[in-house]
Amino acid sequence: MQIEASVPQAVPSDPSVDLNQVRSIIQEFKTLPGAMLPVLHAIQDALGHVPPSVVPLIADELNLSRAEVHGVISFYHHFRQQPAGRHIVQICRAEACQAVGADALVAHAKAALGCDFHGTSSDGQFTLEPVYCLGQCACGPNMQIDDDLHARVSNDKFNRVLRAKRGVQ
Amino acid sequence: MSALNTPVTIYVPRDSTALALGADQVAAAIAQQAAQRGISINLVRNGSRGMFWLEPLVEVATAAGRIGYGPVESDDVAALFDAGFLSGAQHSSALGLVEEIPYLKKQERLTFARVGITDPLSLPDYLAHEGYAGLRRALGMSGAELVQEVLDSGLRGRGGAAFPTGIKWKTVAATSAKQKYIVCNADEGDSGTFSDRMVMEDDPFMLIEGMTIAALAVGATRGYIYVRSEYPHAIAVLNQAIATANSAGYLGDNILGSASSFHLEVRKGAGAYICGEETALLESLEGKRGVVRAKPPLPAIEGLFGKPTVINNVISLASVPIILARGAAFYKNYGMGRSLGTLPMQLAGNIRRGGLVEKAFGVTLRELLQDFGGGTASGKPIRAVQVGGPLGPYLPPLLFDTKLDYEAMAAVGGMLGHGGIVVFDDSVDMAKQARYAMEFCAVESCGKCTPCRIGSTRGVEVIDKIVAGESHVVVQQIKLLRDLCDTMVNGSLCAMGSMTPLPVLSALDHFPEDFGKGQLGQAA
Ligand SMILES: Cc1cc2nc3c(=O)[nH]c(=O)nc-3n(C[C@H](O)[C@H](O)[C@H](O)COP(=O)(O)O)c2cc1C
Ligand code: SF4
Ligand code: FES
Repeated sequence: MQIEASVPQAVPSDPSVDLNQVRSIIQEFKTLPGAMLPVLHAIQDALGHVPPSVVPLIADELNLSRAEVHGVISFYHHFRQQPAGRHIVQICRAEACQAVGADALVAHAKAALGCDFHGTSSDGQFTLEPVYCLGQCACGPNMQIDDDLHARVSNDKFNRVLRAKRGVQ
Repeated sequence: MSALNTPVTIYVPRDSTALALGADQVAAAIAQQAAQRGISINLVRNGSRGMFWLEPLVEVATAAGRIGYGPVESDDVAALFDAGFLSGAQHSSALGLVEEIPYLKKQERLTFARVGITDPLSLPDYLAHEGYAGLRRALGMSGAELVQEVLDSGLRGRGGAAFPTGIKWKTVAATSAKQKYIVCNADEGDSGTFSDRMVMEDDPFMLIEGMTIAALAVGATRGYIYVRSEYPHAIAVLNQAIATANSAGYLGDNILGSASSFHLEVRKGAGAYICGEETALLESLEGKRGVVRAKPPLPAIEGLFGKPTVINNVISLASVPIILARGAAFYKNYGMGRSLGTLPMQLAGNIRRGGLVEKAFGVTLRELLQDFGGGTASGKPIRAVQVGGPLGPYLPPLLFDTKLDYEAMAAVGGMLGHGGIVVFDDSVDMAKQARYAMEFCAVESCGKCTPCRIGSTRGVEVIDKIVAGESHVVVQQIKLLRDLCDTMVNGSLCAMGSMTPLPVLSALDHFPEDFGKGQLGQAA
């Protein structure tokens, strides 16, 4: 099958994205078999999200259509196309945590942060995300902030942990 | 050197549940107190024993054995030093010899034999505890002999479907392809399960050894561990352990001087439950959307990048080293019927003593919930347990004498799945749980089949109507819900769509009083 020759196209300008940095990330991972996820992870780790402006670059380098790249990014809950807050707060919504009050914790978190799931607190500090199990199911309700886990999270503990995160800025 | 100067060894777990409960702070406080008091200690970050209600569980090595203290908070540490815990002295958090704690003593730990005892990242520690004995034996055997040993052990896949591992390996071994792959399914998306996570964090060399033996058995030279992105700690530990194994000659080219080579790599998932399904996982590894493939072809014939692939769950692969080290007959001696060996079961949710229990198949649900788990954490009666993850049915107390064995569970309409047991007390609203099952399916469906993709959204709407509805509506809507479930069961390509009806229907069947304003539940 003939792969459609990729026509160089102008990338939608997005001054906040350093395309050279993105290019070098893609170069680093593109030779891996099945490079797409490692590339997307590396971009999100570096930029905090996968901006739409990098899609043509990835498509070009991995010899795929933009639609395919976009299709992958949008399929996975982990990848986001918009910038997030400084910290990602994930609260477990799965059954074992439900059994010990996860719903109440979620309600508290939404009120405390003043945003819904996938939203960001108005000070730009915290983006709230649901997660379906963190593997800490014997000690729920659980949450993870960036890579830090917290078990048996009461409303008070939630407030304390977030205060501490704010404090270390 | 006199015995007096020998530093005391203190263990503070590095398992992520222990971390979530403050283990790092406790370890730091111990190091600080020791320094302040001029005492030299040997602080080991071990794995977790899996008794999570006691975490952080600090252990002190004494002449009599390892004495436990737990749960310990960093504020308790000074008092522990004052009380003389370095020589195993009494304290309100003292637990005595850890090995003698009934929860642990009553287990039959084969796969988890080392977990919580060793430092997960110490290769010398691993080797001192029977590590790589299986691989050493395997290197002297032919691929066919290895496959036979695993067949003889009776090992069935621990990821849920319980397919015999040896048969899968045999199929891959029989292909003539030059490139074959070993893929470890470490997606562990089921709520209430954490045994895969514990293996990766607390005894990673065991998984690496199991995958290496699988590679020898089928003639594969490359392997991938696909770990969910929700497990950053497991990913970090695996990467370190793989680097160590590579530099020590246990991975890479010419393993331990043999002619065999095996290259292993960790790949991170991206938050999609369906990528635990084996073919969706392969698509994801190939860099695509995690959409389920129709079978045939089986992954054993056409798997990753179109090549023959062994894809196994973490616990399946982690069970292989001991089978090789001790022999198939030893392993097979545990268990009952066609469920042989042991299963690491996981007690989760509203349970007083949540944690990991490895027992031979055949233990009853009641023994686990009461003898091990001690009932609910809230102290209220248990009303329902969900066994086998989000696609497993909810079981009422009436069925708690069921033995945990694949066939016995199936006989009561249950499933064992990955061995996760999630406990709910009597405050649970079962209509809400049924709704959640449909909602989860709607969020996580790969989108390939209509009954799963659209049906689950319709399911949520119908349950909402039932919950809100008056009697004539409820009767009609419950009939509609059952029809919808029927369509999902019969019209779905994979278990996501075809098994979501299990939790929904079990809630309706066993807990009808929760559906439709009180007395109307009879219609269920
Ligand atoms: C929706 C769905 C989710 C699954 N999730 C997992 C999982 O998280 N981990 C796993 O090992 N198997 C999971 N499985 C089962 C796998 O498809 C497959 O049976 C398993 O990886 C085979 O390994 P085993 O034979 O060692 O169990 C899932 C299956 C389905 C249908
Ligand atoms: S049942 Fe659902 S998850 Fe499974 S293949 Fe069909 S759409 Fe995908
Ligand atoms: S269900 Fe919440 S951590 Fe597993």
